[in-house]
Amino acid sequence: MANPMARSFLQVAATEEVASPLRVVQIEGLVILKIIKHCKEFSPALVTGQLLGLDVGSVLEVTNCFPFPIREEDEEIEADGANYQLEMMRCLREVNVDNNTVGWYQSTLLGSFQTVELIETFMNYQENIRRCVCIIYDPSRSNQGVLALKALKLSDSFMDLYRNNNFTGEKLREKNLSWVDIFEEIPIKVSNSALISAFMTELEADTPVTQCDYDRLQLSTNPYMERNVEFLIECMDDLSMEQQKFQFYYRNLSRQQAQQQAWIQKRRAENMARKAAGEEPLPEEDPSNPIFKPAPEPSRLDSFLITNQIANYCNQINGFGASEFSALSFCSSSLRLQFEISAFLTQAKHAIDFIIETMKSDNTASGRKMWQDVSDRVQGRKSLEVIGEFSSIRLLGQKLKLFRRGLLA
Amino acid sequence: MVAIEQTVLQFHPSSASLSAKVHPVVIFNICDCYVRRPDQAERVIGTLLGSISPDGTVDIRNSFAVPHNESSDQVALDIDYHHNMLLSHQKVNPKEVIVGWYSTGFGVSAGSALFHEFYSREVSNPVHLTVDTGFNNGEATVKAFVSVNLSLGDRQIAAQFQEIPLDLRMIEAGRVGFDILKTTMVDKLPNDLEGMEASMERLLALIDDVSKYVDDVVERRVAPDNSIGRFISDTIASVPKISPPAFDKLVNDSLQDHLLLLYLSSITRTQLSLAEKLNTAAQIL
Repeated sequence: MANPMARSFLQVAATEEVASPLRVVQIEGLVILKIIKHCKEFSPALVTGQLLGLDVGSVLEVTNCFPFPIREEDEEIEADGANYQLEMMRCLREVNVDNNTVGWYQSTLLGSFQTVELIETFMNYQENIRRCVCIIYDPSRSNQGVLALKALKLSDSFMDLYRNNNFTGEKLREKNLSWVDIFEEIPIKVSNSALISAFMTELEADTPVTQCDYDRLQLSTNPYMERNVEFLIECMDDLSMEQQKFQFYYRNLSRQQAQQQAWIQKRRAENMARKAAGEEPLPEEDPSNPIFKPAPEPSRLDSFLITNQIANYCNQINGFGASEFSALSFCSSSLRLQFEISAFLTQAKHAIDFIIETMKSDNTASGRKMWQDVSDRVQGRKSLEVIGEFSSIRLLGQKLKLFRRGLLA
Repeated sequence: MVAIEQTVLQFHPSSASLSAKVHPVVIFNICDCYVRRPDQAERVIGTLLGSISPDGTVDIRNSFAVPHNESSDQVALDIDYHHNMLLSHQKVNPKEVIVGWYSTGFGVSAGSALFHEFYSREVSNPVHLTVDTGFNNGEATVKAFVSVNLSLGDRQIAAQFQEIPLDLRMIEAGRVGFDILKTTMVDKLPNDLEGMEASMERLLALIDDVSKYVDDVVERRVAPDNSIGRFISDTIASVPKISPPAFDKLVNDSLQDHLLLLYLSSITRTQLSLAEKLNTAAQIL
């Protein structure tokens, strides 16, 4: 008796697999380091590379990557590029690296990556690979101490619209698509093999503060913010140009409609006159008349992309400004206290000098003995103790405590 | 009477100060190749790429694995593969040249001498890097060697692997953040504010350490050290001497600029949503 639960092979093969939505991109530490190395070496030029990995359920694993050489605009180099890719994939397969392309990575300058080329590359990849992702790395932002890595994918509704190349207002309202829906950002998880995590734990430097802390706590970040704001201003100019295009289009459209109405009225009046005279009425439409030709509606794709870029810049300014703000306010309170401490120390030094002078000039026996004692200690290895004798370092400790409390406030 | 010939074993020491620097990408690459090695192989061999600076320091920046075969009596290396990969890598970065080779495993084995000979035909004085993935000493050992020729009189007898100082520069890894690279799974990359919070906590810990030390010295729990005391006072005195009102003005100006930028970016975002509504909501009646 056949088991009712078992399905025949044919049945299983016939059911289509439902693709689970992509929820997380899992990157290996190796890939991150390679991407950083490649992008940083060629910064400020923008570079790209290929990602290799595995597509497992709702997780896209990226396990290796290789960089693309900088392409010249030359026809024969095109074939070279394809050869390079095939060669690299073949070689990597021999050492058991996952041979499966899952996307590509590119570097960007201050987050200005939303271009039509990106969308076209996505469409190209999407034809061959079911799920692909693009990783964007920003080396200039990473210099401020944040790991600026993003995984992007085009949303499905946008892809359908793009295939039909139809970006009119009607269609967009139909699908309820706005500029936010073009790119979907996917959260990134980082994974490392046990071996490499053991190595890193061993080889980690003993310093309690690392380079990224130095980068984050730097106060001279004006150049970065300035460039961000400059790019923002340029984008706003572009956006206002796009808006003017729309205004122009709408104005033309309404003018055309008015013309059409006027013409139709005239025709109707003519027809009435003809009917009265007993002649055939003329048609109410005249496709050869230029005022009936509909003007093409400008595509909204560019304005959407520009809006995306502006939103990106704003987010960067916000995030960066907020952290800078907190660093600055912390620094100002601590520096104020530091001023007091250093002023205090100079005062203490003056006091000590004065006391030493009086002791030196005191020629009585007890005075000389005290002077001898103090000078021994000063010349010996007890300078900290000497200052402690005058209880100024105790006050220094108290000041430090205050300044620590000022930090937590 | 036979003249006494020179029977002292001589070796020519390597050029003055040869040292090596290794970037963390290389270590990651080697470990990854080791994890993915074919079943019958005990170790992984590969080529090291990088650059040699004029003062003799070798900067190792990249690497790739090369398939090889090793049995008790012979060793074989896939030379074509090595050349192909080298050409591909040089298309991307022509400045990276071969500087040596690596193998996993502790110390140098007999087959290594032959590999080293092959690589010394590619580049003069190659560096041999061993990465101990087996943790033989209970710790991670990464060592670099160069080969030095031992000669007796005029005849060359053997080559000796001499260790050279190795600098594992973890600056790039530190930039990424050791927390991300140390654990086997990180769920979320930290954003600006979280990163700033972590850095401030570390700074706070440092300040705590210093003030604890000063307290201990004053309470005579710890012997005072002159150099540390001077270092502390130097640090505190390194703040530039500005009068308090000028400093206040400086800080306030900076704070105001930042607030202005935050305000501008919020206003821009509002403007964006307005513009979008205007663009798509307009209908032709």
